[in-house]
Amino acid sequence: MKLLKLVPDDTNIDFMKVRNIALMLSLLVTIASLALVGIRGLNLGIDFVGGQMVRATFAQQVPIEDLRGKVEALNVGDASIQEFGDGRTYQIRLPRPEGQDAQAAAIVSQVRVMLQQQYPGVNVGAGEAVSGKVSGELARDGLLAITLAMLGVAIYIWFRFEWQFGVGALLTLFHDVSVILGFFAVTRLQVDLNIVAAFLAVVGYSLNDTVVIYDRIRENLRKFRKMQIVPLLNLSLNETLSRTIVTSGSIMLALAMLLIFGPDVIFGLTAAILLGTFIGTYSSIYISAPVLVWLGVKPDSFLKVDDKAPALAGGDGAVV
Amino acid sequence: MFDLPRWKIWGIFLAIAFGIAFAIPSLFPRDQVATWPTFVPRTQIALGLDIAGGSQLLLEADLADAERQRVAAMEDSVSQELRRDPRIQVGDISTSDGRVSFILRDPTQLDAAVERLRTLTQGVGLTGTRTWNVSTQDGNRVIMTPTPEGAQQAIRDAMTVARDVVRRRIDPSGTREVTVINQGQNRILVQVPGIDDPESLKRLIGQTARLEFKLVDERADPEQVAQGRAPPGSQILTMANGGAPVALQRRVMVSGEQVAQAQQTFDQQSGAPVVSIRFDSSGARRFGRVTTDNVGKPFAIILDNKVISVANINEPILGGSAQISGGFTVETANELAIALSSGKLPVKLDVIEERTVSAELGRDSIEKGLIASAIAILAVMLFMIVTYGRFGVYANVALVVNAFLILAIMGIAGSALTLPGIAGFVLTIGAAVDANVLINERIREEQKRGRKLLDAIDTGYKEASTAIFDANITNVIAAALMWYFGSGPVRGFAVVLLIGIATSVFTAVNFTRLLVALWVKRKRPKELHI
Repeated sequence: MKLLKLVPDDTNIDFMKVRNIALMLSLLVTIASLALVGIRGLNLGIDFVGGQMVRATFAQQVPIEDLRGKVEALNVGDASIQEFGDGRTYQIRLPRPEGQDAQAAAIVSQVRVMLQQQYPGVNVGAGEAVSGKVSGELARDGLLAITLAMLGVAIYIWFRFEWQFGVGALLTLFHDVSVILGFFAVTRLQVDLNIVAAFLAVVGYSLNDTVVIYDRIRENLRKFRKMQIVPLLNLSLNETLSRTIVTSGSIMLALAMLLIFGPDVIFGLTAAILLGTFIGTYSSIYISAPVLVWLGVKPDSFLKVDDKAPALAGGDGAVV
Repeated sequence: MFDLPRWKIWGIFLAIAFGIAFAIPSLFPRDQVATWPTFVPRTQIALGLDIAGGSQLLLEADLADAERQRVAAMEDSVSQELRRDPRIQVGDISTSDGRVSFILRDPTQLDAAVERLRTLTQGVGLTGTRTWNVSTQDGNRVIMTPTPEGAQQAIRDAMTVARDVVRRRIDPSGTREVTVINQGQNRILVQVPGIDDPESLKRLIGQTARLEFKLVDERADPEQVAQGRAPPGSQILTMANGGAPVALQRRVMVSGEQVAQAQQTFDQQSGAPVVSIRFDSSGARRFGRVTTDNVGKPFAIILDNKVISVANINEPILGGSAQISGGFTVETANELAIALSSGKLPVKLDVIEERTVSAELGRDSIEKGLIASAIAILAVMLFMIVTYGRFGVYANVALVVNAFLILAIMGIAGSALTLPGIAGFVLTIGAAVDANVLINERIREEQKRGRKLLDAIDTGYKEASTAIFDANITNVIAAALMWYFGSGPVRGFAVVLLIGIATSVFTAVNFTRLLVALWVKRKRPKELHI
């Protein structure tokens, strides 16, 4: 049987040739993404800003104006109503009430009762109410979880490899998370708690990819002590390329299936992870490796201090 | 690596057999599994409410209210305690600014009064922890201030009681697998699968259910009452149905604590739904005595500081039972009955977060989710086989075993599978595949360098292991931090990821190595297409 080889044996791509262009491009995309988030903002779900949400599927098509009129008659604030494709499923979102936190849940009940009275045969699929206090905590917890996870692994990599690698991994993660944020700012897909899980998945995958490549770089740094850093990075990237393509390919394949056949509720989640897998693969090649050149990793970075000492002894700096 | 010790082989197979045995029940419907004999594993993975449908409420205790109640309770205890000594005469006891204070008519009794109060300032069962501070002022004023430790202890106690009360209230509604847990200092998380209209749940929990019987103060001037002024020793309360406020004597005749039993019945004359209660023996004695002394006078039934009905005592009520009527429906009467028999909540609880997913939506999600996951796994497996041939098949076997192990561990640990959990699951599959990809690519490389097959396999496993280790440890760190600092879905994701990393390393490294070793021993292969 002839096996599939996505990357031919004699592949030798000069990834590093375009490293400065790639770094500039990545920097630009990162800034653009963050600027976009700043200007357009994110479509934050009620998990993070508080408020109420009711999702209902009606027995037959209901004009959106009709529904809007009936929700407004309840006098529970400005409703934003979003349609899901077929004109039978709507998501009604309401701002959280002023003052008492406890009222939020009561508004969901009101809308639910109204729908059941006005539209016989309606199926209220989901109802959520998040008070201002809780939404603030959820936003803080989510942000904290992502930030600390990034910092935590950067510190681990610093200890296991060298500080440059820790910084490189952190920059790579920052790039990936920024781009995904930009994606959400452009598409206006709703950012809720589940999306935080998507961010974490992206962080996890991107890290995985970066660490595997770093591992090979470290190995080659020890093996080829005389080699210049740029060709060494190229060698490492080419050696791991087949693995990168197969792993990214199979994960993207799995995610694409979830995107196409999976339930609507996880669409945003899956889309974010799929994009993240792509970005993560790109960044581990074009950011995490070139950054090492920029941060000055030398072929002797992985020699023990004892081995380094004779080389440095002739210099004027004290070695501690 | 091809000569594995016998115990290791058995260990690996045993772990896998164990995993599969405990995963299988999850693949069958719940009611079917319930009929299985008891000696086979029946652990099933729990489905999160976002998948299975149900309601989740996050309740927060009103701590200011709890502290107010504590101060009010202390006021009662103080007046009772001081009344035991006829020489100690006090003026009105005030409870402003969260303190209890009063003036002694006879300053020489100051020490005696403080001595009497000392018994009230020690927390129950606590060694030396003072729950209140007693100080004196101007030689005749006694001030009692709650200590921070006392307040903390009171909150902890109240939350424990509140949790139990909430549980008792939800349990009679007949739903299974209710989760009621304390969260943080002053919150309770309630999860009820299968209920997709949380209204009755909220009403049931929302009632503090502080039931009191008090005599109407007949001395009160209706005009004064309308202006909110009550005679000394009385208070003014509003009617639950919105009628004119009434003045009631402060003293409680009987309270909800003395209710032994409560149930919804119908009034024999009017046929309206009512709640019948029976007092315990001390409650019955007190109720009998007070009603005997006050025949012909009106008394009020008060629920959560609102008067729900006022009735005349026609004759002494000695049997220890009473009926509460007040414009109930069958449903609200039933809820009150449940609330009364479960005891009163020590503190008011507000719903600060509510999430409901209907069972239909949940069913749709789980169906589509399962089909999509199956397609996703099949696609990956096919990809593995066309890429790595025989070693791809081994990777696939490991992949399936991995999925079983995750199901088994989650089932045993009792952690629920949520939608973000599915994302974690996909990522785990990715990690499991990656470990085998790393190994197989390494074997390819070693073969390309001219190593003999067995040597290439051996080196491949060895050299890939550092990358696998580093990649997985970083993910463990990330997942652990997410679990610790995240909440809700973030945790659901992190749990699946943590379990998945452990099982995937085991299956992708140890298990495939065993499969390879067995193949090598049996076939003594000379070449391998990889």
